[in-house]
Amino acid sequence: MTSSVLFDISAGAYIAAMITYVIYLVVRNRTTGIVATSITIFGFVCQTAALAMRWVHSYYFWMASNPTSGFVEATLRGAPLRNLYESLIFFVWSLMLIHLIFEFKYKNRSLGAFVTPLAALALLFIDISGATKEIQPLIPALQSNWLLFHVFLSFIGYAAFGVSFGAATAYIVMVTESKTEKTYIFWSIITGIFILVLVGMGIDFLSLSSAERAELFQNHFLKSTIRSSSGGVVAVSSIVSVAFIFLLWHLGIRLKKVLEGLNLTPAMLDEIAYKSIAVGFPLFTIGGLLMGAIWANSAWGKYWTWDPKETWSLITWFVYALYLHARFVAGWRGKRVAILSVVGFIAVIFTYLGVNLVLSGLHAYGSG
Amino acid sequence: MEDKEKKDIFESIWKFFASVRLAIVVLIVLAGSSIIGTIVEQKAEPAKNITLLAKFFGDSAAPTVYNIFAKLGFMDMYGSWWFTTFLAVFSVNLIVCSIDRFPKTWRVIKKPQKPLSDSAIKSMPIRKDLTFRTGLDTAKEQFLKSLKASRYRVNESSEENTVRLYTQKGRYARLAVYVVHLSILLIFAGAIIGVRYGFKGYLNLPEGRSSSVAYISPTEPIELGFVVKCNWYDTQYYVDSDTPREFQSELSIFENGKEVLKKTIEVNDPLKYKGITFFQSSYGMMPDTVGYFVLDIAPAGGPEKRVWLRLGDSFEIPGTGITGMINDFSTALTRDRDTGKLNTYSKNMVNPAVAIEFAEPGRDTYTGWILKRYPDTGFLPGGHSVKFADYWGVEYTGLQVTKDPGVWLIYLASTLMGVGLYICFFISHKKIWINITGNKKSVRVAIGGSTNRNRINFEKEIDKIISRASESIEGGQPSKK
Ligand code: HEM
Repeated sequence: MTSSVLFDISAGAYIAAMITYVIYLVVRNRTTGIVATSITIFGFVCQTAALAMRWVHSYYFWMASNPTSGFVEATLRGAPLRNLYESLIFFVWSLMLIHLIFEFKYKNRSLGAFVTPLAALALLFIDISGATKEIQPLIPALQSNWLLFHVFLSFIGYAAFGVSFGAATAYIVMVTESKTEKTYIFWSIITGIFILVLVGMGIDFLSLSSAERAELFQNHFLKSTIRSSSGGVVAVSSIVSVAFIFLLWHLGIRLKKVLEGLNLTPAMLDEIAYKSIAVGFPLFTIGGLLMGAIWANSAWGKYWTWDPKETWSLITWFVYALYLHARFVAGWRGKRVAILSVVGFIAVIFTYLGVNLVLSGLHAYGSG
Repeated sequence: MEDKEKKDIFESIWKFFASVRLAIVVLIVLAGSSIIGTIVEQKAEPAKNITLLAKFFGDSAAPTVYNIFAKLGFMDMYGSWWFTTFLAVFSVNLIVCSIDRFPKTWRVIKKPQKPLSDSAIKSMPIRKDLTFRTGLDTAKEQFLKSLKASRYRVNESSEENTVRLYTQKGRYARLAVYVVHLSILLIFAGAIIGVRYGFKGYLNLPEGRSSSVAYISPTEPIELGFVVKCNWYDTQYYVDSDTPREFQSELSIFENGKEVLKKTIEVNDPLKYKGITFFQSSYGMMPDTVGYFVLDIAPAGGPEKRVWLRLGDSFEIPGTGITGMINDFSTALTRDRDTGKLNTYSKNMVNPAVAIEFAEPGRDTYTGWILKRYPDTGFLPGGHSVKFADYWGVEYTGLQVTKDPGVWLIYLASTLMGVGLYICFFISHKKIWINITGNKKSVRVAIGGSTNRNRINFEKEIDKIISRASESIEGGQPSKK
C-alpha cells in the first residue's frame, strides 16, 4: 500500500467521523459516539503510517540527489513538512492528535463535531487547491533545520488554536440566551461562512474538471458557485448562502439544548478553549515567531522584514496575547474571551492561507 | 500643596501606564494597524498602490486617497511616527506594569508557608478527607515518604494528636512572566541597536572581481573596511531537472592585499568577517561579457589537466595527438522533441554546454556538445575525457551584506522568551497541606492543595501521593469519608 492510498483512507475516515460526530450530537447514543471515536482513531493510525512512509520515501529521495549526506541530515531534510500539501496533512494530523488527547482527558466526545469539520475543510482544501502531492526537491532556502522546527512547532500550535476555536464556538452556542445577542449573531455568521466555504469547495471538487483544479487556486476557488461566470449561478448561490446563514441563526439556538444534553458544560468548554491556547501560545511563539525569525536571519541576514506573512503571524500573536491578558489578568470571562479565540483562529487561517492567496508575499514557502 | 499636586499627577500617569486595559487597547491598535501595512504595499512605487487603491475606491478617487494615506504614513507604516509611538507606549506600559506588580509577586513568593487548621484546609480548592486504621507515626512516615517521592521538601509541625505537613513547589515559576516581558523589551532594544549601528546592504559581485564597499541603495555605498572578492559563482541542480539544489559562491577576504579568509557560501550558510555577514541571495548573468571556458582534460588513464580557453581557442589532449577547438556555446541546451534540433531555452546558465570540434590525424573532424551537468557527455572514444567545468567570468553573485550588532541580543531574548513561556505555562506554583489527627489505632487525614494553574494535573498528582501513601500504610485501603 502506498502512502497516498493511506492518506486517502484517513481523509475518508475523518470525513466519516465528522458525519458520525454530528449524528452523535443529534441522537446522543453511546454506540454512535464510540463509532465516531473509533473511526477517528482508525483514520489517525492510517495517517500516522502514511506520514511515516512518506518520510522514509523522501529520505531516499534526498539521499538520491545528495549521496554524501549523513543519516541525520537526510532524515531532517526528508521530513514531510516541505510544501503546502505536506503541511496541511501535518496540520490535520496534529489537530486530530490534540483532539483525541482532549477527548480522552475530558471523557467527552461532543467536541468532535466542532473539530472534525476543521480537518475536513483542510483536507478538501488540499484537493481543491490543486497543491502538488509529489515529493519535491527542496529549494536552497528551505534546506534549514530552523525551518523544519519552525514549521513543525507552528503547526502543532495552529492545531491547538483550532481546538480552542472549536471549543469556543461550542461555548458561545451554549451560553446564548437569545438570538439577538451580538455574540450569537457573530457566531452564526462565522460558522455559516465556514460551512458554506466547506460546501462550496465540495461542489468545486465534484463539478470542476481536474484540469481546472490544477490551475492556480485563486482562479478556481468557489468557481462553481459564488464566483461562477454565470450570473444566474452567482445569484442563486448568494441567495442560498444568505438563506443558510439566516437558517443557522434561526435554528442554531437549538444546538444549545443538544449540547446541554451531552454533559458538556460552558465551564468545561471555556477551560478547553483556554488550555488549548495555553499550549498553543508558547509553541507558536517559539516555533512560529522566534524560529521563523532565526531562520530568516540565517538565510537572508534579516530576522524581521515586515513582510505580510511575518506581519500576519505577529497579528495572530497579538490576538492570543490579548486573549491571555484579557482572561488571566483583566479577568474577562465568558463570551468576550470566546470571541477572541474565534478571532485568533481567523487570523491563523489568514496567516497560513490568506496571505498567499490574497496578499502577495515574499515567502516561497506555502505557495504550492 | 504643589508637591502634593505633582505627586497626584505622577500617580495618575503611573496608574495610566500600569493598567492592563491600556495594554489591551494598545494590542488591539497594533494588531489592527498592522493589517493596513500588509494590504498597502510598503515602500513601493506610488503607481503600484494607486492601482491597488483604485480597486477599492475607484480610479478617480484613488490618487486622493493615496495622498491621504501617504500623509498618514501608511506607505511606510512600520516606520511611521505614530506606529513607533504606539510601540513606545507599549514598552512603557510593559515596564510600568511589571514594576508595579513585581513587589506583590515577590511577596507571594517569599511569604513563608504556614500550617493550616482543618477548617482552613476544607476551604482549599482541592481537598481530600481520608481515614486509616493505623497509628499516627506510621501515617506521618508514609505521607512524608510519598511527598518526598514526588520531590517535595516538607515542613512539619506537631501538637498532641496532630501532625501538620505542609510543602510547596515551583514558587519561582511565578517570575517567568517577568522574564517573558523583559525579553520583549530586549527584542526592541536589539532591534534599535541594529537600526542605529548596523546596516543592510547588498553587493552584486561578478566572478573574479573585488569590492571594498557594499550598497545601501544604488547611490549610497558603505565602506566595508576590507576587500571582498568573488572567486566563482555556481548554481547546482537536482539530477535531471531545472530545480536549483544549491546556490554557491566562493568568496575571499583581503586585508592590505593579503587573503585572510576564503569560504564557499550557500543559502543558509553565510560568510562572517569583522561583524559583517555576506549572504547568498541572488545571482545573474552580466550582459555582453565573454568569459573563459574551463575544461578538465585527461587522456585515457592519465591525470586531469585544467585549461582556461576563449571561444575559438584550441587545445590538445596530452600525448594523444587529438586536438579540440571551442566553436560554440549555449547557456541552456536542449533538443527539441519534434524536430530534433538543438536550441537554447534560457538566457541563464541553466544547462550550459560547449561545442568542441575534435581533430585527430587520419580521421574526419567531428563536433560534440559537452554539457556541464552531464559529465558523461565528455567521454571520447578511446577513453579520453574532456569535462566542461565552468563558463567562468560571466555570472555575478548577488550578496546580501548586513551588519547587525544587535542580533545577539535578539537571540538572547528569544531564548529567554522561550524558556520564560515554557515555565510560565507548564510549571505551576503548587502548595499542599496535610493534617493528620489521631491516636495509635486510627487517624484522620485532611489534605488540601492550591495551585496557580493546571489544577487538573495537580489534582492527579495529589491523588497519586495519596495512593502511594495508603498502599504502604498497614491496613491497606483508605476508607473514604
Ligand atoms: C505581546 C506582548 C506580551 C506578551 C507575549 C505577554 C506575555 C504574557 C504572558 C505569557 C503572561 C502570563 C499569562 C498567563 O499566566 O496566562 C503575561 C502576564 C501578564 N502580562 Fe503580559 N505579555 C505581553 C504584553 C503585556 C503588556 C503590554 C502588559 C502591560 C500592562 C502586560 C502585563 C501583564 C500582566 C500584569 C500579567 C500578569 C502577571 C502576573 O501574573 O502577575 N503584558 N504576559
